[in-house]
Amino acid sequence: MKVLVTEYLRINLDSEQWECRRCGHVHGSARDNYKRGLLVYDRDPREIHKPLLDTKKYARTYSPDPTWCRILEYYCPQCGTLVEAEYLPPGHPPLHDIEFDIDALKLQWKDRTEVKEPVVGPDLALEKARNNRALHAEHQHGHRPQGDKP
Amino acid sequence: MSDIVSNGQAAETQAIEGRALRDKFLADNTLFLGPDPEIMRNHSLAPRTAAEDAILKAGMDPHRTHHIRGLINSALSEAFTMVNQMGAAPGAKWGDLVTGIYTNSGDLAMIAPHGIIAFAACCFYPIKFIIKYWVNDPTVGVKDGDGFIHNDARYGGVHNTDQSMMVPLFYKGELICWLSSTIHEGENGACEPGGMPAAAESKYDEGIKMSPFKVVENFQLKRDLVTFLQNSVRDPKLQLEDMKVKLHAVMRLRDRIVAILDQYGKDALIGTLRSHLEDVETEMRRRIRELPDGTTRVLQFMDSSLRESAMQKVSCAITVKGDRMVVDFRGSAPQFLNRSVNTNIASFKAALCTGLLQNVWPDLPHTMGVLSPIEIVSDRNSIMDAEGEMPQAMSLMPLFKACVVWTIPMSKFNYSLPHRYSAIIASQYDQAATFIYGGLTQHGEVTGNFCADINGNGQGARSHADGEHSVSPVFGFMADSGEHEINEEDTPIIRLGAQRLAKDRIGWGKYRAGMGYEQIATARGTAMWGFMTGCEGSKFPSAQGLFGGYSCPSYQLMKIKGINIFKVLEENPNAVEVFDIVELMNKQPIAGGQYSSNDMGMTFEVCNEGEIYMICQGSGGGYGDVLERDPALVMKDLAEDLMSHENAHDIYKVVYDEASLTVNEAATKKLRDQTRRERIARGKPFDQFCKEWVTKEPPANVPYFGSWNDPKTIYATSMGQRITMPADQLQGAFMLNPKDLRIAELEAELAQIKAKHA
Repeated sequence: MKVLVTEYLRINLDSEQWECRRCGHVHGSARDNYKRGLLVYDRDPREIHKPLLDTKKYARTYSPDPTWCRILEYYCPQCGTLVEAEYLPPGHPPLHDIEFDIDALKLQWKDRTEVKEPVVGPDLALEKARNNRALHAEHQHGHRPQGDKP
Repeated sequence: MSDIVSNGQAAETQAIEGRALRDKFLADNTLFLGPDPEIMRNHSLAPRTAAEDAILKAGMDPHRTHHIRGLINSALSEAFTMVNQMGAAPGAKWGDLVTGIYTNSGDLAMIAPHGIIAFAACCFYPIKFIIKYWVNDPTVGVKDGDGFIHNDARYGGVHNTDQSMMVPLFYKGELICWLSSTIHEGENGACEPGGMPAAAESKYDEGIKMSPFKVVENFQLKRDLVTFLQNSVRDPKLQLEDMKVKLHAVMRLRDRIVAILDQYGKDALIGTLRSHLEDVETEMRRRIRELPDGTTRVLQFMDSSLRESAMQKVSCAITVKGDRMVVDFRGSAPQFLNRSVNTNIASFKAALCTGLLQNVWPDLPHTMGVLSPIEIVSDRNSIMDAEGEMPQAMSLMPLFKACVVWTIPMSKFNYSLPHRYSAIIASQYDQAATFIYGGLTQHGEVTGNFCADINGNGQGARSHADGEHSVSPVFGFMADSGEHEINEEDTPIIRLGAQRLAKDRIGWGKYRAGMGYEQIATARGTAMWGFMTGCEGSKFPSAQGLFGGYSCPSYQLMKIKGINIFKVLEENPNAVEVFDIVELMNKQPIAGGQYSSNDMGMTFEVCNEGEIYMICQGSGGGYGDVLERDPALVMKDLAEDLMSHENAHDIYKVVYDEASLTVNEAATKKLRDQTRRERIARGKPFDQFCKEWVTKEPPANVPYFGSWNDPKTIYATSMGQRITMPADQLQGAFMLNPKDLRIAELEAELAQIKAKHA
């Protein structure tokens, strides 16, 4: 039984290992931080969010300040998939972002059917926004053309 | 034996009487009825009243309950529409309002379907204050026909721009429930116009601070008090008009609820409100139980106090065990003693409730039953749990973070589930990216408020699709981004550029985020006008990507000062080819203009006629690895002019013909495979990387606030010096005046020059 945890990670409940969902690479114990099985690169944020303004004219150019912000890119060591992009101040300890109780997870999935492809949830928030915009479009705010009856 | 018992009983009776006497003495002699921690720190449902308990134990007919719920919903919706149509504040026009109904204990039971959740999620605090302090106070009292007003967030509320009208509903002499209406009014007489003064250094700079008080008797506004309020703000017409609007909307709501009472009786209404709350709480616990047990974490960084650059950490760990969920914010930044970007914990929780409903479980009814079963932990005197005298006029900064804080860690809980209640989504752009304004209008009236562009935050990308552009604010699905023609009728603001999507400013990913749009504004026909902006994210991006998706870029405030664009265009109508921020700034087509790019936090600044201010609404975060983006979607973005060829090549690694936008699939695959190999070659194993990367302390050049590698030790820069504080004994950081610092800098330079010449 394998449990999908993110777009690129799953937990193999039988072997208790983190695995890559793209190539099957085994990253390490599911009881440990999955990041320990990945490769990390300290990316200058200006390479991803490129300056849009002339850097000779301006210091602030829509790029993050590289002395305040770095991007830690986590790659699968086998297929090179970008698993996470973590934005941190320089030198800040990386976050242990997923820490599941594996024994409880096994119990929880004991009676569930394995999910091989992630389900897609409904876009309820977007639906609500669109519904309301449609309602709002009907409002007049008192700006009726002259001569119209109220 | 009986003597011993009787003596014991007598002593106990005496002790009870003594305690009652002491409590009465303390109650009668409290010098100041400030915000009550017993109310303000409790976001859980009140225990059932005896009446509620009896009604629910007797059993409710679910069909009738459902029917009554529908009637209440419809009544709330009608009152909402009244305020929306008649309200004078820009916030009212564009949906920044709510109407709500509360149990007679003050618990928020239901809100209008299109209303702002946070407003109502705050309103139960002042109602509980009124119940606790005014009901039995002979000088105040609560009776049929009364109405109470309030705006100070310290008594409950998002921020002090929002004013509420709260009305008790009596039926046959008995208090059955409470009704309310809240609008983001804007102007409140603060030290800067528009109600959200980033310049506030103490709570006394924040303008009028209404604790809950009675302003309506016999269903009529008390004119003496209305006059006092009008006299305290820059927009007296707006103050009167919207007080009337809210009162009459709530009176209509009252009529509808009384009709329900007439038809079904009070037990049916009381039972419906209570069961609605309890049912939501039960459903919340069921959903929590479905999640994996464990902890997911996220860090957010706010890079400005709106007066200076300041890196503030928000640390969030969500722990699930069975049906229990604990959200732990310990280790976050401390409060500022003299900056306005603090918030109190009650407001913060209201924003958390909003975010949970907007981003994670939008299908749940909007009640306080949603947050009620969740435990929230914070350090006292931290940026989200500021107390006492701390200014909090720009509380939107941590509150907007609270709205989106769920998205990343809850996606990590939710992804595995066999059934999803809503889409997996990256963070929405979370800044108040709009112009706040004030001054004299072209009609000669004083005003201060904000533009509805605040409601145009780009959506985060989803696990199955790109995000929607400028979809809504982070605090409500429903608020719209306004019509500039109406704004131009009311104020001297002229939009030179509007709703033009900000090209290349994108949260990249397999699915890209929804983008924000450019806002280019000036003023005309006024003797005095000015703008302010209150955003972070100029150094450190604010909207986070998910599962390998990148965050949004950083955004800045651009200005062209020392010119009058109207004169420039009068002399040469072709002087500016297009009002596009990047082109204007790079080409500098207006001769003599002082072009500058600045952080997005700007205190109130005078805008002379024809000077230009430019900001952007932002993009959300991207989803997934950029190398997995379908090349056809990349071509679509190019065709729609959302991005440049440079980014298509460098970020997405697509090989194509620029003229025809025809993709070379084989070459693209080859380039992407090569890029993956390059990643593997340059990446370092995690443990080795950490040994080289992790530092003991925050960088010396960054004024850093919050924990670093130990949540119990909090760093701050106070009085210009870096300090550390134990997390359980936080006091706060005192910031030096940036102008004093600049003067000292210039004086030092001058001294050096003088010394050189001497």
